[in-house]
Amino acid sequence: MNTIDIKQNEPSQVELNQVELTQTVGNIYADDAKMSIRNANVHYGDKQAIHNVSLDLAKNQVTALIGPSGCGKSTFLRCLNRMNDTIDICRVTGQLMLDGEDIYAKELDPVLLRARVGMVFQKPNPFPKSIYDNVAYGARIHGLTNNKTELDEIVETSLQKAGLFNEVKDRLKDPGTGLSGGQQQRLCIARTIAVSPEVILMDEPASALDPIATAIIEELIDELKEKYTIAIVTHSMQQAARVSQHTAYFHMGKLVEMGKTEDIFTRPSHKLTENYITGRFG
Amino acid sequence: MNTSLLFIALISLTLFSYWFGLKRSLKVAGGAEHKKDLTCLPEQFGLLTAMVCGLPALITLLIFNSAEQLVIEQLLTTTLPANIQSLSSIDFGLYLNNIRSLASSETTQALLQGVAAQQNDIALQGQFQAALTLQELNQQAVWLKTGLVLIIAVVSVIVLVRKFSLTYKARQKSEAIVRALLVASSAIAILTTLGIVVSVLFESIQFFKSVSPAEFMFGTQWSPQTAMRSDQVGGSGSFGAVPLFAGTMLITFIAMLLAVPVGLMIAIYLSQYASTKLRSFAKPMLEVLAGIPTVVYGFFAALTVAPVIRNLGESFGLSVASESALAAGLVMGTMIIPFVSSLSEDAISAVPNALKEASLGMGATKSETVVKVLLPAALPGIVGAILLAISRAIGETMIVVMAAGMAANLTANPLDSVTTVTVQIVTLLTGDQEFDSPKTLAAFALGLMLFITTLGLNILALKVVRKYREQYD
Ligand SMILES: Nc1ncnc2c1ncn2[C@@H]1O[C@H](COP(=O)(O)OP(=O)(O)OP(=O)(O)O)[C@@H](O)[C@H]1O
Ligand SMILES: [Mg+2]
Repeated sequence: MNTIDIKQNEPSQVELNQVELTQTVGNIYADDAKMSIRNANVHYGDKQAIHNVSLDLAKNQVTALIGPSGCGKSTFLRCLNRMNDTIDICRVTGQLMLDGEDIYAKELDPVLLRARVGMVFQKPNPFPKSIYDNVAYGARIHGLTNNKTELDEIVETSLQKAGLFNEVKDRLKDPGTGLSGGQQQRLCIARTIAVSPEVILMDEPASALDPIATAIIEELIDELKEKYTIAIVTHSMQQAARVSQHTAYFHMGKLVEMGKTEDIFTRPSHKLTENYITGRFG
Repeated sequence: MNTSLLFIALISLTLFSYWFGLKRSLKVAGGAEHKKDLTCLPEQFGLLTAMVCGLPALITLLIFNSAEQLVIEQLLTTTLPANIQSLSSIDFGLYLNNIRSLASSETTQALLQGVAAQQNDIALQGQFQAALTLQELNQQAVWLKTGLVLIIAVVSVIVLVRKFSLTYKARQKSEAIVRALLVASSAIAILTTLGIVVSVLFESIQFFKSVSPAEFMFGTQWSPQTAMRSDQVGGSGSFGAVPLFAGTMLITFIAMLLAVPVGLMIAIYLSQYASTKLRSFAKPMLEVLAGIPTVVYGFFAALTVAPVIRNLGESFGLSVASESALAAGLVMGTMIIPFVSSLSEDAISAVPNALKEASLGMGATKSETVVKVLLPAALPGIVGAILLAISRAIGETMIVVMAAGMAANLTANPLDSVTTVTVQIVTLLTGDQEFDSPKTLAAFALGLMLFITTLGLNILALKVVRKYREQYD
């Protein structure tokens, strides 16, 4: 990827890795924070995957998490709705707050937390059930409706918000696994929306999709932020620039830089960030 | 030279011909430095040569060995005096046995000849003479066999090697042979199954000549004891198999009632709730349960479980037979638990993690995830596990013999003593028996019915699984 003249001007990768990271540069604070994370550390067994990360997720805005592969983006994202609880060896410490409430508090029920903080995964993973049952799944387990009409309504509005309703309205009884990749991902988003979460976490939601399906998802994210707070992990700089208002750059488990997306992409303050977004590294 | 020695010789010859074929191909190419000119690798030439050397010879050896005995006896028979040849088949068989043991004893040939000359008794002398002839025939057979096998091996190699050229397709040919071998192996498995079915079918037809199929399949009276002598007060000899199948089904049902829920719960616990450490300890322990010989389960059922059940039943004022379907069913269920749990656990663990995370990520609890996502997705595997367990239960014998008794009661009461198809097959065939009375032939008819039942079960299982797959993939 590097051209020879750039190599001569840039520090080598070894030197970059030795850059001292004591503090995150930029601004981690949001005026109106939906979630605030302070000094989060995550260990997988003896191995530390996240080092002292602090940041805010601004309410009704999109925060993009970027960084080279293996830097801990997914790990961090999964802390936010305690999905890491399902991994035996994973240990999370620090303060992670949703609306000022510690989500790792003993008395907090992770099941209820996950209804408030939904997640969309990298690979579309609809259940092997009908489209209708996929969307109705969360509403059913949380007992959100009293009768069939209400459930129908939730399914329809969720599909509409996910921009999928018109495409599937005649075949709600067909299996969700029979849809195209992009449709499946929108189905998964509809499924997440159906339980009316407050925060939606997306881990590379478009990485398995073609450009057209990706554009549809990006448009959707832009609309969704009106109602939800969104954190998105992405490998595509352009995507981060297009959909997010805030960007956080992770490097080897540490949060290197965070700030407004336009600032990060036009005037990165940290050498590592600059190298990454200009495509010289990672 | 006996057969095992010949076999070793053949193997060595085969190994040698690998090397020989390899060298020959190099020679055809004009030396090792030209081996690029060959269309196939020299090793492939070697492999083909080895196969061509070993296989036809081996097949000849097998055919020879299986036909040898018969041919030799035919030849021997023609040399025997007419009065012996005209003996009844049973007596003639005994006579042949005598001769065989004389011929195979350690007695040297010289001694045998001496004894044969000294014998005054004409009949005995004849026997010794015949034994001598047999020895001679055996000897000739060995030489013939050795010669034939070795010649075939050598000739096939020579014929093959002469055909070698730069463009000879050694690889394709050895591939074809390997393919044929694989086909033959599967054919052997299929033919064996067919053979078993045919033999059972044949004996069953014999049986149905004396007992009508309708009586067998719908009769409710099972007492296979027929009177040996006319003055004997024996059983009437009725062959209604309904009580046996009812008993089998009752016990299987009780066993599944225990094994399916418990096994499934174990599978769910081990795959979803248990820590890795506990799982790595508990899973092998469970599999030990499957390794306990069924006789031991039988003891356990008869000596421990049955009395407990009887005492318990009596304290409730119920009359419980000392051998009860309940005891046998419960112990059989215990035995089958690991079948259900182990296979179901595999099926549940095979469900993509993404589905599980999707459900948990929506705020579903673990148990909701298990019931609504994991179990439906793992259903084909679980159905397979259950059907396998059922056929295990149907075929199980020892536990039932020891714990459920032999009385062919037609009952749905699990506290009664019942008997099963397999138990009756065992009792019909144990002891000195002629294979021509309805009593023993009935065993084959029962076996046939059992076979048809399990076959039907398997076909059903396949259908269920396939239907489910079509729905969701
Ligand atoms: N289940 C796990 N057990 C042990 N280590 C893990 C586990 N999951 C992740 N890790 C480790 O944690 C670190 C961060 O992984 P993570 O998946 O968060 O990276 P990522 O930034 O999402 O990478 P990518 O962009 O490739 O998805 C990696 O070094 C990884 O090896
Ligand atoms: Mg990741």
